[in-house]
Amino acid sequence: MDDIQFILNGMMREALSPQTAAVAIAVIGLNIHFGFTGLINIGQSAFMLLGAYGFAISIWHGLPMVVGLLFGFGAAFVFALVLGAPTLKLRGDYLAIVTISAAEIIRYVGRSALLTDFTGSAQGIPGSQFRDPFTNLSFFGGGQFTLLPFNYTDVADGAAWLRIIGWVLVVAVIVLVVQRLRKGHAFAGIGQAALMLGLIVVGLFLLFFLFPVPNQRTGVNGWWVRFIAWGLVLVCTLLVYLLVRSPWGRLLRGIREDEDAIRSLGKNVFAIKMQALIIGGLFGALGGMVYVLPASVQPDSMGRSLTFFCYTALLLGGAATIFGPVLGAIIFFAARIGIKYTSAAYVPDSIMNGQQTEQFSYIVVGVALMLIVIFRPQGILGNKRELRFNV
Amino acid sequence: MSDQMSSPTVAPGGLADPEARRALVAGFEAAPGASKPDPILEVDAIVRQFGGMTAVDVQHLEVQRGLITALIGPNGAGKTTFFNLITGFDRPTSAGAGAHWAFDGQKLDKTSASSVARAGMVRTFQLTKALSAMTVIENMMLGAQNQAGENLVKSIFRGTWRKQEQEIEAKADELLQRFKLYEKKHDYAGSLSGGQRKLLEMARALMSDPKMIMLDEPMAGVNPALTQSLLGHIQSLRDEGMTVLFVEHDMHVVRHISDWVAVMAEGRLVAEGPADSVMSDPAVIDAYLGAHHDTDLGDDALLSDQTMDELAEEVAVEDAEREAEEEAEGLR
Repeated sequence: MDDIQFILNGMMREALSPQTAAVAIAVIGLNIHFGFTGLINIGQSAFMLLGAYGFAISIWHGLPMVVGLLFGFGAAFVFALVLGAPTLKLRGDYLAIVTISAAEIIRYVGRSALLTDFTGSAQGIPGSQFRDPFTNLSFFGGGQFTLLPFNYTDVADGAAWLRIIGWVLVVAVIVLVVQRLRKGHAFAGIGQAALMLGLIVVGLFLLFFLFPVPNQRTGVNGWWVRFIAWGLVLVCTLLVYLLVRSPWGRLLRGIREDEDAIRSLGKNVFAIKMQALIIGGLFGALGGMVYVLPASVQPDSMGRSLTFFCYTALLLGGAATIFGPVLGAIIFFAARIGIKYTSAAYVPDSIMNGQQTEQFSYIVVGVALMLIVIFRPQGILGNKRELRFNV
Repeated sequence: MSDQMSSPTVAPGGLADPEARRALVAGFEAAPGASKPDPILEVDAIVRQFGGMTAVDVQHLEVQRGLITALIGPNGAGKTTFFNLITGFDRPTSAGAGAHWAFDGQKLDKTSASSVARAGMVRTFQLTKALSAMTVIENMMLGAQNQAGENLVKSIFRGTWRKQEQEIEAKADELLQRFKLYEKKHDYAGSLSGGQRKLLEMARALMSDPKMIMLDEPMAGVNPALTQSLLGHIQSLRDEGMTVLFVEHDMHVVRHISDWVAVMAEGRLVAEGPADSVMSDPAVIDAYLGAHHDTDLGDDALLSDQTMDELAEEVAVEDAEREAEEEAEGLR
């Protein structure tokens, strides 16, 4: 029982971590590229890294945080322009090739010893050099805080039956929410939206009740950065919703289906694709800035594998959906920790030691990605009908 | 926007009347590159080479406003390539070296496919490009021009495009009803039959209020019943004053609806004329059946040395003529 509680607590902590939120934001950007416009960008980590560098280097060198934000977004903007200008008129594969190599170039330049004064080379820029302006904004105060302060230990002494009932309830609520989201009109009308919000609030309350998370109020990796990170996820989701339900979003999907058809209808396909690439890239940069806030800017932690995590999360949640990226990112990171802790708890050390469980979790994630693409290409929230005709 | 469609560019009744059309067409010279009194599209010196192969070499072509012009020719005659060239999907090899084409008085020498469409010349494709994973109504609404909501900044604010969106949808509904697709409005385009996709593509092209519509093999792979309705739609477009240029293989279809026929063979324009007389043009028969189609090679009795010599001579003369022609062109 305690093992299970420990594993689930770990998953909850990971699901809530600011880095999960950061990846979710980057995946929201990738969703604009890959899901809606059909641009194969295999260098989302470079947009993240550039955003992080722009932000961190500016603050490290004494510039105000706003300037840092501008530099971060500016770098991603220029990067998108440079990558898009030569490739967006060509077939999709070329963008894929260019983005993956450009991402590696950015990472290697960041590692270069010549730039130690700016990028800190392979060691990177420690968080203490650029975090303070952000934490100083906090109005959360100091000290520890547990969400929720009222939790399962307060009722019936945290008896096993109570927790099991709670877990079943949580699973039921999550399934209900996902099913409603999948139908596509979960937020149509005030009644539906209120019901949906109610379900989500109840679900969150149950989660925090069963798996209380203690953290510092502000601190390096506390509630403040979580609050901002998840707030940004909400804002980005809303923004993408507004964008894709518009005629502009319709154009994006049209371009994904058949560029030439859209061209024959008198639309400037190149300009629209460029806009999509830039917007997705800016989301990536924002994700990158959030990603480094509780940690440090390390080029090697934002390489190819991060891009592939983004893709896994996107495909898991469902490409071309509004909530898919967020759901995918949460499930991806929580499940990985779940696998790691489970194998650590139940597989004897002689078969798999602590270090191997980490690698094992990535293997399982890779296999899971393959299985998703084969058996459920539309992801959890995706619309199967939208994919069926895509022969 | 929608009244542009109901107000034809040619006086109403002028070209809806078959007699008037026949009288008009009778005034055209039945020769390749003939000039027309009111051309909506003029093409000059368009050459497209793929390596050493010349796929298209059209020296001059005019398309009369308000008529249905058919572009026919055997397989590989370069009809679709020609279509791609004038709609901006391909660039002529002769670009910058004499290639000119003008649509409705507007030069198109260097414009992209999208600006050609914006100028009012909209095309469809031989292999239908219905956007399968989008609904029929979404397909239709993509066709409308000048949408405020397609601007990135405005798209976030629904108020800026809501009204226009409703107007566009009303117009799309009207067109869908006309093309008998209204019941399928919310179905995915991928679930339509081949013929319905052709209809959808044509309706989508009409959403942009074109002056001229270019149909690339509209009847290919369509069952006979639907062919009739497609033909009816094309004719009614003409009767409303739209210019139609279409590529087709089926002679019956061509004879049935076209007012004027241009024939291409081996990339060149070889003949022009009214549908009923152009078929008997020797150049057209040559193009379709080969120059020696009336020489019987199946009867061994006829294959005497003398016949062989005669044939060889005939071929030699033709080769010499062709070479002389090519040389003359090379010099030019």
